[in-house]
Amino acid sequence: MTDITSSSAAILAGLISSKKASSVEITTAFLDRLEKLNPKTNSYLYFNRENSLAQAKRADQQLAEGKTVSPLHGVPIAVKDNLTTTDAPTTAGSKILEGWVPQYDATVVRKLREASMPILGKTNLDEFAMGSSTEFSAYGPSKNPWDLSRIPGGSGGGSSSAIAGHLAPLAIGSDTGGSIRFPAAMTGSVGAKPTYGAVSRYGLIALASSLDQIGPVTNNVMDAAMLQDVIGGHDPHDSTSLPNGLGSMVQSVKEADVKGLKVGVVKQLSSDGFQPGVKACFDDTIEKLAAAGAEIVEVDCPSFEYAVAAYYLILPAEASSNLAKFDSVRFGLRVTPDGNPTIENVMAATREQGFGPEVKRRIILGTYALSSGYYDAYYGSAQKVRTLIQQDLAKAFTQADVLLTPTAPTTAFKIGEKVNDPLAMYLNDIATIPANLAGIPGISVPNGLASEDGLPSGVQILAPAMQDGQMYRVASIVEKLYMDQWGASLIARVPDLEAL
Amino acid sequence: MSEITPDLVRHLASLSRILVTDQEVEQLAGELGIIVDSVATVTKAVSGDVAATSHPIPMANVYREDVILPSLTQLQALSSAPDSADGRFKVNAILDED
Repeated sequence: MTDITSSSAAILAGLISSKKASSVEITTAFLDRLEKLNPKTNSYLYFNRENSLAQAKRADQQLAEGKTVSPLHGVPIAVKDNLTTTDAPTTAGSKILEGWVPQYDATVVRKLREASMPILGKTNLDEFAMGSSTEFSAYGPSKNPWDLSRIPGGSGGGSSSAIAGHLAPLAIGSDTGGSIRFPAAMTGSVGAKPTYGAVSRYGLIALASSLDQIGPVTNNVMDAAMLQDVIGGHDPHDSTSLPNGLGSMVQSVKEADVKGLKVGVVKQLSSDGFQPGVKACFDDTIEKLAAAGAEIVEVDCPSFEYAVAAYYLILPAEASSNLAKFDSVRFGLRVTPDGNPTIENVMAATREQGFGPEVKRRIILGTYALSSGYYDAYYGSAQKVRTLIQQDLAKAFTQADVLLTPTAPTTAFKIGEKVNDPLAMYLNDIATIPANLAGIPGISVPNGLASEDGLPSGVQILAPAMQDGQMYRVASIVEKLYMDQWGASLIARVPDLEAL
Repeated sequence: MSEITPDLVRHLASLSRILVTDQEVEQLAGELGIIVDSVATVTKAVSGDVAATSHPIPMANVYREDVILPSLTQLQALSSAPDSADGRFKVNAILDED
C-alpha cells in the first residue's frame, strides 16, 4: 500500500472513496507522525488525537452509509491558529489569547467540517500573523523541515512546515502580505492566496481587514485547487465576500494548456535584490515556459517600488484598530496592577504583558499613521499608492494573461538572523505584497533548489482579480514542466525528519 | 531623520493602551524612526489627483435579508470573560476616584 503520509490529498481522497483505506487509518497515520515529529518542527500549537479520530470515524460512517459529501471526504487537514474553532483553543500565536476556546467556528472551519475533513490540529504562526518567520510566535518558532536551524517562512510557518514535513496532507493559511506564499516558497510547498473575498474571512482573527485572505497550503497544485473549491464561495457572515462563485479550480487545473499563453515578467521584480540562486531558478522557469510555447513579455509596474512602504502604513493602521478588541474585558488575558487601578490601567498592563514586541511595534506605528496631522501624508498617500498599483496591474494584464515573479528574495534564512531588524524582515514580502494591495490572486509553486545553499525556491504566479482559475491553470503548467524534469515533486526530496 | 522622539512614543503607547518601560521607549523610538523614514517614501509617489483605494474589490451597500438568525446566548457570550457578574462583563472603575 502507498505510504500514506507522503501521498497527495487527491490520492488519499481516492483511497478513501474507493474504500482502500479509511479516514481513521489515514488520520491515524498523520497523528502518529505529528506526535512523534512535532517536537522537532513545532508546526502545531495544539492537537487532540481523540477529537481528530472522532471526526474521522464520522467520515467513515457516512461512507459506509453510501454518503460522500465532498471530493476531499475523510482527508485530514491542519488549520492555522488564527481561525476560530469551538473544539480547540485559538491563540493566534499570542499570550493574550492563551487557552481561549471560541464560541463559534470560522466559516472555513465549518466548511471543512461539512466536507467531512477531520481537523488534525492548529498550526503555529507569528503573533496575530505579524511576521515572516514564526519567530514572533509567543510559543516559539516553527522549524523548516529542509534544515531545522532555518525558518519555515511566516506568518504561516506552522502550516508550511507541517506540509513539507508530511505532518498534514493539507493545511489552511491566511495571507495579508505573503503569509501563505512566502512560507510555501521557503519549504518547497504550494501556497495560494485567492482573490480578496473569494474565501470568507468570518472567524479569521483580523490583522488588516482590507488585505487578509484565507487560502490553501498543500504539496501540489491540484490539492490546492481541490481545497479552494471546498472553502471558497459567498458567505453572508462576511460583507466583503464575493457575491458570486469563481467556478471550479479543479476544472481549471484539468484544462491546463500552455498554447497561446502570454506570461508577463515584472521588470521591477526580476532583477536586483534577489539571491543569485533564486534568480537562476526564476530564469529557468521562464526559459521552460518559453520552450513549451508560452509567449514571454516584460511588463512595467513602476509603483511596485512603493508597495512595501504603502503596505507598512496600511497594515499597522488597520491592525492598530483591529487589535483594540484585546482589552481584557470580553475574552483573553487580564492583568490587574496593584493598588486601585482604573480599567485603562488594566488594559495597558494586560496589553503590555499579552503582546509581543512586533505586535506592539505595529500597533504603535499604526496609531502614529492614523494620528491627526500625519493621516493625510502617510495613510492617505499609502491608499493612493494602492490605486497606482492597481492601475499598473490593470495595464500589465492587458499585455499578459498572468505575471510571474520570484516569490521571495531569498531562500530560508537562519532562525535569529533577521529577528532584531524589523525593516529587513519586512522586505521578505517585497514580491508578495502587491497582490494583497490590489486584491488579486497569487500562488507560489516550487521551482527548484538554489545552487548556493540547496534550499527551495518558489515562483509566484499572479492573475487578474476573480481569475483564480487562470492562476491555477498556469500554476499547474509550471508544476508539470518541473515534474517532467524531476519525476517527483520537490517536497519528495525533504530530508528524513526522523533521522534529523 | 524622522520626528519619532521618546516623548512621542510615550504618547502613542498611551493612546494604544500599552504600558512601556523607559528602555522600550528608547528602543521603539529608534526602530520606529527607521521604519517611518522608509515608509515616508509614499509621499513622493503620489500627487493630488490620484484617488485613494481603501478596499481592493469595490463593493457598496452589502445587506442581508432582514431575518432573525440564532446568535450567542448571554451565557456563551460571557463564558470567556476574565470576570463577570449578574450576566454582565465586570471591569474595574472607568473613572479615577479622585
